[in-house]
This record gives sequence, structure tokens and C-alpha cells, in this order.
Amino acid sequence: MTIEFDNNLPIYLQIMQYIKRQIVTGTLQAGDKIPSVRELAAELQINPNTVQRTFQELEREEVVETKRGLGRYVTSEERKIMTIKKEMASELLERFLTGMQELGIEEQDILSIVADAVAEGKGGTTHE
Amino acid sequence: MSNILELNQINKTYGNKKALSNITLDIAPGRIVGLLGSNGSGKSTLMKLVAGLLHPSSGTIQVTGKPVGLETKSLVSFMPDCPLTEKWMRVRDAIAYYRDFYADFDEEKAREMLDFMNLVESDRVRHLSKGMNERLQLTLALSRKARLYLLDEPIGGVDPVARGKILDAIVKFYDEESSLIISTHLVNDIERIFDEVVFIREGELVMREEVETLRLKYGKSVDEMFKEVYAE
Repeated sequence: MTIEFDNNLPIYLQIMQYIKRQIVTGTLQAGDKIPSVRELAAELQINPNTVQRTFQELEREEVVETKRGLGRYVTSEERKIMTIKKEMASELLERFLTGMQELGIEEQDILSIVADAVAEGKGGTTHE
Repeated sequence: MSNILELNQINKTYGNKKALSNITLDIAPGRIVGLLGSNGSGKSTLMKLVAGLLHPSSGTIQVTGKPVGLETKSLVSFMPDCPLTEKWMRVRDAIAYYRDFYADFDEEKAREMLDFMNLVESDRVRHLSKGMNERLQLTLALSRKARLYLLDEPIGGVDPVARGKILDAIVKFYDEESSLIISTHLVNDIERIFDEVVFIREGELVMREEVETLRLKYGKSVDEMFKEVYAE
């Protein structure tokens, strides 16, 4: 795993985002085991308590589940994964729309710009 | 659980120079605490007091509820900023020296750490580079089964690669039941391994905060906060 941290933002939020992205992109599949606190802390060179907190939050959101004595697993509910995907998509969309509005582009034009870009096959090349 | 460390209104003066004034601080088990301050702010003095190598001019220090003294020396593992090993030693002699000196020294863990650190037992300590020597000192300090580890500038003066390795080793080998205090003025490289940070300036405690709270509250990294607090 590689992740570029921004030290200005809480680290646990960044790891949450990172794991969610791995889930929606399929790097982590539904029902996959996720690393232990210790493993992930050592790998990312971060505080184990921060990782612990990340996992607790992910559990609270039901993105991961703990099986007693076995470890933590990605939720096996596809529906949950779809929800995460929708959330991430709407965040992207919101950022995009804000950016376009800042550029002063009219709603109608935004629609045609997007339609053109999709037609030209620009999608899928650059994502953050 | 009760605190690993409690400092209560600690003052320390050298002659008429005040090194620490009125420091009150407690540290819970399982915490990694950054002790941050510029050179001469009192970080090393604070560590030496906790290790029992210096005595406070006033105030009390307790480790797991016991006043600092003979009994607490077996609970505290101190890695000073200058090596404790002798020049004639080879790496294996340094290990043997620690094993003989400290009943809680875990030789197996030490060998595992040496391996991780790419240190060779037959190497002479005086031939080690600064970075490799830091790795050895850290191995010696973390191989004791202590409740409190004090690491004084563990990444001072080593290159970024060695720094990464040292951070790796700290996260991998520290014992979750115990606590760790790490002093440094190189904040950027190490801030992600801290639970909380304590800023001291001219012997006074100026700020103490959970690092994630600090990021959330101020939208700043510990490093930026450090630069603001110590701006001259």
C-alpha cells in the first residue's frame, strides 16, 4: 500500500478514504480480510492508535466487520459497497460543479462539456 | 488503567539557570508522545529526570505510581542522545553488555531487531556510521521490557533513509502496553507516529495536544504548529 499523507488533515480520515477507495476500485473485494492494526501501522509508518481509530470508524459505518478471533473483513454486503461508491461519486461531482461554477460556466454549457468529454472518451484517463 | 508517568510541578535549575519550570504532565499507557522543542528548551533535562539520572530541584515524578528511584530504573528504558556503548565493542559485545546489565533485556528481540536494522554482530561499534549507530542504540533501548521508553533525538543527524528505517522499527517493535516518549526538533518526518505532542520552550510547557485534534482544530500539521510556536 502506498499513500501520500497530508499532515494538515487528520490521518485517520485519510486512511478511511484510502481504504474505501480500495474497496470501490476492487483492490479490496467484499469479504476480504484487511491487515491488522499492527501490520498497517508498520507499513504506513503511522501510530497504531490512529489505525485503530480508522478501523473503529469504518466499523461504525459498517464498511468493515470484525469476526471474533479472526480479524477484520471488508463487508460482504454489495449494497454497502454501492453506497460507498455513490458517496464518493457525489463528492467528486460536487467538487467538479463547484469548480465549473467558479469558472463562470453556465449550467447548460456544463452539460454539453460533459457530454462532449464522454463522447470523446476522456473518461477513465485521469482520476485522483 | 493508571498513568505510566506523572510529573507534578517539576522545577530544575542548574546553578542559577532555570532549565525547567513548573512542568506538570501525565502520560497514559500505550501512548507515543512527541516531546518537541528547539535545542536547549529542556527536553533532555526532562528525560534525564524521568530516567532518574538527575534530581528535580522541586516537584515529584512517579513512574507507574512509584516515585523515581532505584525501583523505577527497571521500568524505564532510556536512549540518551550520546551512545552508551564503548568504542572497543563489537555489536555483539554491546548486546552482551545490555543483557548483563538489565535483567529485562530480551536477547531474542534484540537479534530480531538487529536483523531488521541490517546490523551485523561482528561489526565494530566505532566503525558504524552515525545512522547505523542510532539503529544500534535504538535496538538496545527497545529490547528491554520496560513500561516507559525515553528516546532522546533518535533521528537526529541521520539521513532520510535511515530515518524511515528507525521509524519503521519504532512502530514495529514497541510494546503496546508501555509508553514511548520521543524528543525531537525534526517534526515533519516523525509526526505521524505520535498520539500526542508536548511543546516545551525555555523550560516551560507551552502546549499539549492530541495530534489528530490539532490537525482537525487548526487545519495545520504539527510541523507548522511547531514553527509557529518557536518562531523567533
